[in-house]
Amino acid sequence: MRFYEFESRRIVERAGIPVTEYGFCKTASEAREAAERIGGSTVVKSQVLTGGRMKAGGVKFADSPEEAEAHAADILELEINDHLPVGVLVDPKAEVEQEYYAAVLWDGRAKRPMMLFSDMGGIDIEEVADQHPDHVGRGHLSNLHPIAEFRAKEVVAAAGGLTGRELTRATPVLARLAQLQRDYDMTLAEINPLARLSNGSFVALDAHMEMEGEAVGRHQKMLKEIGVELEEPRELYEPSEFERNVKAIDEADHRGVIQGKDHGFSGNLGLVIGAGGGSLTLTDAVRSQGGKPANYAEIGGNPSVAKSCGLAKEVLKKDGVEKIAVMMSIVSNTRVDIVARGVIKACVELGKDPAETIAVFRIPGAWEEEGAKILGKYGIEFKDRSTSMWEAAGEAVEKIR
Amino acid sequence: MAEAEQLEGMFIDVEVSDEIASDPELASKLEEVCPVDIYADDDGRVAVVRKNLDECVLCNLCVEAAPPGGVVVKKLYDGTELRRSR
Amino acid sequence: MSILLSEDFTFIVQGITGREAVNLTKECLDYGSKIVGGVTPGRKGRDVHGVPVFDTVEQAVANHGSEIDGAVVTVPPAFTKDAVFEAIENGIKLIVIVTERIPRRDVAQMVELANLRGARIIGPNCLGIIVPGVAKMGGIGGPAKDAAKAYEPGSIGVMSRSGGMTTEISSTLTAAGLGVSTAVSIGGDAIIGSTYAELMPLFEADEQTEAIVIYTEPGGRMEAELVDWRTENDAKLPIVAFMAGKFMDDEEMQGMSFGHAGTIVEGAEDSATQKIARLQEAGIPVVERIDEIPDAVKDKLGAKV
Repeated sequence: MRFYEFESRRIVERAGIPVTEYGFCKTASEAREAAERIGGSTVVKSQVLTGGRMKAGGVKFADSPEEAEAHAADILELEINDHLPVGVLVDPKAEVEQEYYAAVLWDGRAKRPMMLFSDMGGIDIEEVADQHPDHVGRGHLSNLHPIAEFRAKEVVAAAGGLTGRELTRATPVLARLAQLQRDYDMTLAEINPLARLSNGSFVALDAHMEMEGEAVGRHQKMLKEIGVELEEPRELYEPSEFERNVKAIDEADHRGVIQGKDHGFSGNLGLVIGAGGGSLTLTDAVRSQGGKPANYAEIGGNPSVAKSCGLAKEVLKKDGVEKIAVMMSIVSNTRVDIVARGVIKACVELGKDPAETIAVFRIPGAWEEEGAKILGKYGIEFKDRSTSMWEAAGEAVEKIR
Repeated sequence: MAEAEQLEGMFIDVEVSDEIASDPELASKLEEVCPVDIYADDDGRVAVVRKNLDECVLCNLCVEAAPPGGVVVKKLYDGTELRRSR
Repeated sequence: MSILLSEDFTFIVQGITGREAVNLTKECLDYGSKIVGGVTPGRKGRDVHGVPVFDTVEQAVANHGSEIDGAVVTVPPAFTKDAVFEAIENGIKLIVIVTERIPRRDVAQMVELANLRGARIIGPNCLGIIVPGVAKMGGIGGPAKDAAKAYEPGSIGVMSRSGGMTTEISSTLTAAGLGVSTAVSIGGDAIIGSTYAELMPLFEADEQTEAIVIYTEPGGRMEAELVDWRTENDAKLPIVAFMAGKFMDDEEMQGMSFGHAGTIVEGAEDSATQKIARLQEAGIPVVERIDEIPDAVKDKLGAKV
């Protein structure tokens, strides 16, 4: 789950990491009030989930509350990459002496969270790590032991030789960030920049948090407290009608699992395929042989006839789809005869001839003999495991050519 | 495109004999055993929920629950039946 | 002899009274596996296909009278960590986690505890392990009859991030007369108990295994880890790879997730193209089609002679 900047701000604040005064505002007049409260020069920032805010004019400096109000009014109406903001964040224009970088993220190879700290913040950390490696400290954390502050201290001390008050003030920030990453299952917990102000204090000027999707369910309370609307989707893109319909069919019936995606796909061959790895393999096989998939899909578990039918129907209803390829890797759990019934039913209920519409049916495995009988009755050839996935995909592509 | 009405019983049909159709004990039993809700206990009578017919998983539990010939499951796609002989 | 499982290998099923567990218990028993108990808290006294059910792993071990070798865990995500900790702390050394959608933190904790206790985890989000003709642990290959059809005993070790593709690849090897020594569905999540590199030493030490086939997808760093392992160790087994999800390199697909949780491309290093290049540079051919795997393996085996 991705967070808006203002939500990430609230998250780090709750974790005991110092932040500046700020205001999350939904109207221009709220922005003026926030600027008044903060005092001095402020910066007004669009709250959207996409990047490119600066370039698009979504970040503006203001020298007075009135100016802040005017900027907010503009920014609240400004679409950035097709996204309208949910509000604006008003921050003080900070007097920064130095910028640092702090993050805690998963190291999949070590199977542990890793802390990162640099005294060269504000810029691309990968560049810094590459060109100034002695200015980047790293350290792993045990998953079982409590978070030890000394581990954070070691990481900060390794970043450009930080010592003195810089070290003692930055260390608790990193330790609390590590605690927050653990407590809230963050796949990314990043503060860039962490700023040292002229009075020597450290504040998180910009925080970027992402929570693991599988963990969202166990953090409802915190999410509610920071004002996250759980029903609102946080996808990178707006789901299509096809995607929404397939999701609804999946959620209404607990028997088996279906998924459909068509973002970035625009072909004439509908794919009713499965599962996970099989779907990836088959999508590649279709494209590599010159086919144009209209969608990606996954059938998994033991779906009902209704669910299989539902997926096939949604694929067939897509603009430009002429035929469907029904293919899976060898199935143990999914029943071939049930899927066969489902896809045939989808064709017939849409007034289409199954034999003409189903370009290939290749699902070897559980109940395949029964599946073959059903397909035979409707004039569809059943392809068993002696036809490889590649060959099946190729046959479908040929049929539609 | 025009969508045809949802079709029922394209692949499977069931035949419940008159004798057992009004047996309340069997009506209750059939409703209980079928994993895809093809049978409903309609006030002591066996009711067939036609919209679930095509979900039949050929488990044979209904056939076994009834006396021989009481319930017959028909596979419309190959003309064969599931029926209890003994 | 193959790796991980043997004829005498005993295991329990945790969450045995659940729908999926009841199913896989029957499949494994029919296949010849020695399931000596099941655990579902509160259900002690029942039996599933003849397997006695207990409330605790401790009771199952006591009932068995000696150490139990393994556990298959099908317990829902909110409870999986506790179940796996229970298995580990009761001396179980090989744990197959079938459950999917477990938060990463929990998985990392389970893996770290397993390491501390000398235990091994396979999965999560996996279909388990099979040594053809000997035993299977998990739903891999399905009912015994189906598993026997796809998995003939042979000399090729298979490791796959996709459960279904483990069977597809193994069936392809079986049809080509090569057969499988051990097939491991390692799981599709971002953090898993045993990566390719971590299983390689077992395969290298196994007399029956002559070559390895891996199925992989974009996301994660397992291929780099494998290449590094072979460089740093006395690696003798030739490896052939298949990579799925090449279409994910397309610009429109960036950041989208397909398939398993671990299959999100987070940067150029994790893309399909980069991985394929890295593998090929290291002498691991990456075939374009599953049906090309047997010939690629035969080439490698022939080259050894």
